[in-house]
Amino acid sequence: MGFLDSLLGRSRPKQADLDALFLVPSAAITLQASLGLRPPGRGSVCYRAAGGAAFAQTEADILSLLRDAPDAPEVSTSHDEFGYTWLVVDDDPDDVAGLCTDLHAVNTTLEAQGFGPGLLCSLVPFEDAAGRRVGLVYLYKQGTFYPFAPQPGGQRQRDSLLEINLRETLTGELPVEQQTSRWLALWGAPGL
Amino acid sequence: MARTRFIGDAGLTARMTLVMFLLGALFVALVAVLMGVFAQSGSPGIALLVGVGGLGVVWWQWYSSDKVAMRAMGAREVSPEQAPELHGMIDRLCAMADMPKPRVGVSDTHVPNAFATGRSPDRAIVVVTTGILRTLDAEELEGVLAHELAHVAHRDVLVMTVASSAGILAGMLAQGSRYGMFFGGNRRDGNNALPVWLLVLLVSLVTYAISFLLLKVLSRYRELSADRAGAHLTMKPQALASALQKITGEINTIPDRDLRASKSMNAFFIAPAIKGVSLKTLTSTHPSLEQRLEQLAKIQAELGRPAG
Repeated sequence: MGFLDSLLGRSRPKQADLDALFLVPSAAITLQASLGLRPPGRGSVCYRAAGGAAFAQTEADILSLLRDAPDAPEVSTSHDEFGYTWLVVDDDPDDVAGLCTDLHAVNTTLEAQGFGPGLLCSLVPFEDAAGRRVGLVYLYKQGTFYPFAPQPGGQRQRDSLLEINLRETLTGELPVEQQTSRWLALWGAPGL
Repeated sequence: MARTRFIGDAGLTARMTLVMFLLGALFVALVAVLMGVFAQSGSPGIALLVGVGGLGVVWWQWYSSDKVAMRAMGAREVSPEQAPELHGMIDRLCAMADMPKPRVGVSDTHVPNAFATGRSPDRAIVVVTTGILRTLDAEELEGVLAHELAHVAHRDVLVMTVASSAGILAGMLAQGSRYGMFFGGNRRDGNNALPVWLLVLLVSLVTYAISFLLLKVLSRYRELSADRAGAHLTMKPQALASALQKITGEINTIPDRDLRASKSMNAFFIAPAIKGVSLKTLTSTHPSLEQRLEQLAKIQAELGRPAG
């Protein structure tokens, strides 16, 4: 947003940056090779549902589009305490690229209907051999990724050391969010 | 192709630009007239000096806006541990809007209100009262926070402080010319000429009156802009609408003493906290509730319109 636009009070909603999501498959290979983290084949998109007929129609279109796809992934939606909707896609664990294509289909459909500014983040969880889960989160408006590692045990605490470790591993593969204040805590996100 | 459901308001932008231009012209005119007046008494440089001094005061008001406003409202900053829900909401809104996260404050006041202040988006602070936390549900509170974040993004503290510079200068002069009446002001040119201090007093009173009205107009336009940006950010205009209805209703049913105590902060509030002042009057800092609801209804219609 330009300085003049802000002085004149005519800021526009920020559009989402969609393409960086396709960097996830190569990052998944890196995570598996260096840290033993495997994707369980699940991914989710978190967005703000607008009121009214148009959004309900768009959401229904997305769900039927994904369910009718050749690989027919499991798709479900849920709502979190902050009023955002999580659309969860469950696909073949070995096909991260296919998962990203599914997530991208969600994004482009929302964007084509004018709901791109409502996209908040996308989450791809990873799991190690012991069942420990961490999330790779994509921020649509910043076009950057960050790691989110909750401490096991259900207390709302983050494993900062693991997160920093993941950041070092992923730098070079992905645009990583440098401002840690932007690393949203996504407690209770589906798949974590 | 990215479609947008954003509706701009070119008319509002044009009117806002005109008002800001007029306020700027007013400042220049005031200094020019003063130079003329002082030139008669032989020292036109004083007017320029007064002008620069006035700008210095304006700069200081802008620079220390966060501290002054916080102190005036008795607000304290809260950490993410102290107010996790509030911080979580603002975190998400800032991520959606791609703006730096402001600090968050809470003020122990029964008046349900919220304001944003600070000299720049990086130094901004968003404050809510305990009254508003009690009154609104989560969705409505988020609508209000989005409105305040829009004020931050629009640099409203900067705009309103600069816009008030003519008024501030005129106020200073009106004060100063009283002293002139006692000490100086004995230099007169010709027999019928008014004393310099009286001329200065008249000029500054007129300037103050004009600037006062223009500022209120500008403030109302800025509120409408913030409403629009906030509603687009949360994509829930109806939440902000019901919050506004609740707040304006509550404010009129709350005892007088609290309300007068927060009078100096009115321009920064989401809804004005003065009881009995008709919202439709010329001097209101906020647009009428009907006007705000009308704009929100338009945004709602656009967001809900099915694609052809």
